[in-house]
Amino acid sequence: MSMAILMTDTADRTTLLHALHAENGAKFGPFAGYSMPLFYDEQGAIAEHLHTRSSSSIFDVSHMRVVDLVGENPAQALETLVPGGITTLAQNKLRYTFFTNDQGGILDDLIAWAMPGGLVSVVVNASRVEHDVAHLQTLTGVEVIERDDLHLIALQGPMSEAVLVDHGADVAELGFMTGSVVSLAGSSDIRITRSGYTGEDGFELALPADVVVSITETLLADDRVELAGLAARDSLRLEAGLCLYGSDIDDTTTPVEAGLMWAVPKRRREAGDYPGADVVAQQQADGATRSRVGIGTAQRRPIRPGNELYNTDGEHVGVVTSGGFGASVDGPVAMGYVSAAASIVGTQLEADVRGKRVPCHVADLPFVIPNYKR
Amino acid sequence: MNVPETLRYSSDHEWAQLLDDGSIKIGITDYAQDALGDVVFVELPDLGTELEAGATFGEVESTKSVSDLFAPLAGSVASVNDQLTDNPEKINEDPYGDGWICTITPADPATYDSLLDAAAYAQLIEG
Repeated sequence: MSMAILMTDTADRTTLLHALHAENGAKFGPFAGYSMPLFYDEQGAIAEHLHTRSSSSIFDVSHMRVVDLVGENPAQALETLVPGGITTLAQNKLRYTFFTNDQGGILDDLIAWAMPGGLVSVVVNASRVEHDVAHLQTLTGVEVIERDDLHLIALQGPMSEAVLVDHGADVAELGFMTGSVVSLAGSSDIRITRSGYTGEDGFELALPADVVVSITETLLADDRVELAGLAARDSLRLEAGLCLYGSDIDDTTTPVEAGLMWAVPKRRREAGDYPGADVVAQQQADGATRSRVGIGTAQRRPIRPGNELYNTDGEHVGVVTSGGFGASVDGPVAMGYVSAAASIVGTQLEADVRGKRVPCHVADLPFVIPNYKR
Repeated sequence: MNVPETLRYSSDHEWAQLLDDGSIKIGITDYAQDALGDVVFVELPDLGTELEAGATFGEVESTKSVSDLFAPLAGSVASVNDQLTDNPEKINEDPYGDGWICTITPADPATYDSLLDAAAYAQLIEG
């Protein structure tokens, strides 16, 4: 077996939960400059994935960053950088959106939360914190507050509501993509949102440094709750058809190509008042030359990011951007970009997996039916 | 980590076991399966394939990585563990038993003795 594959963790940053992960048998790997748990010895990535779909799992996502936008009208200001409907968000509602550049490329994807008092709180990807904060600081009349005092954990899975309620959090009435500030396990003023990136019902909690370990330990002591690592997070979001920034979307992919126009409301399309709106509108009118699609296969061999895709005539039609083993599907799952002609569900393709041609096909996304609350 | 006394080892984290008929059974070690995590796919060698020592003869793929298998000694592939095609998790569950990968008829039986013994391999993974 090749030694090089036995993972070396070269990242230098750790989260406040690092010691807790180590105590629980985590195997660590580098992600966005952080040493993050990939999976835990006792369970492994497949068991962690399945546990999330059936019960409740804690994910350390504290490498991601909460950024608060304060000012006269931060929602209106934010709309100059993103194509999502932010000014139309009802209080405490959340929205998935993305920063675009002048070519319609995606600079990062984010969640925006319209908090009470006109404050807009966003969560951005770890690898893009520096970029996104600088980008937000270009807005006039908005104070950008990087909340590195808040540490995010996600509690995901169908039992998560009951777990939180049993620990005193008033979340039973919280709908999907809604936020609240609650008391939990003896701590007050905990920011919580009913959201996540697994295709399951679940919550994300922004915890102050002094309680992040104790609240995680309290939740973990519940029999219904287990830890889950980045490997499970990746396979869960892939089955749910959700994009990973830097893999499935980046500054060269547009929302049209990525199939994310559902996140651009009619008002913003018609106004065309966000970066790259003209390119996006043109692509919508003409049809994109390539599209993000699901890739399924009846084979056991996983199709991986970077694998090139060919049609049955042997012509190159695209490339895989995410791929791995889907534990709920019990087989390989992947996503990638293919030419318009090859993007119809059911189209037979071949993936070049390290020199071997693996038969595959364009599959419906998501691979699993999401289990969101209401 | 479990390093059975009765087996021999390669520095590439494979184990070898001399069988009564002179053939040699091969698999990956407990240390290797633990480092890889859940195995989801195994590419087995074809029967009769002639292997040089150190040659790539297959792949073990986990949820997060792909690893080549290297022949610990020269020989021809005499049998393969077909069970791994549908149940690759056997490698995690029982790396020295049901998770075996193949047997090799060695080109030179004496090469078996040049492999690492349990003490030497244990030192390698603890070092």
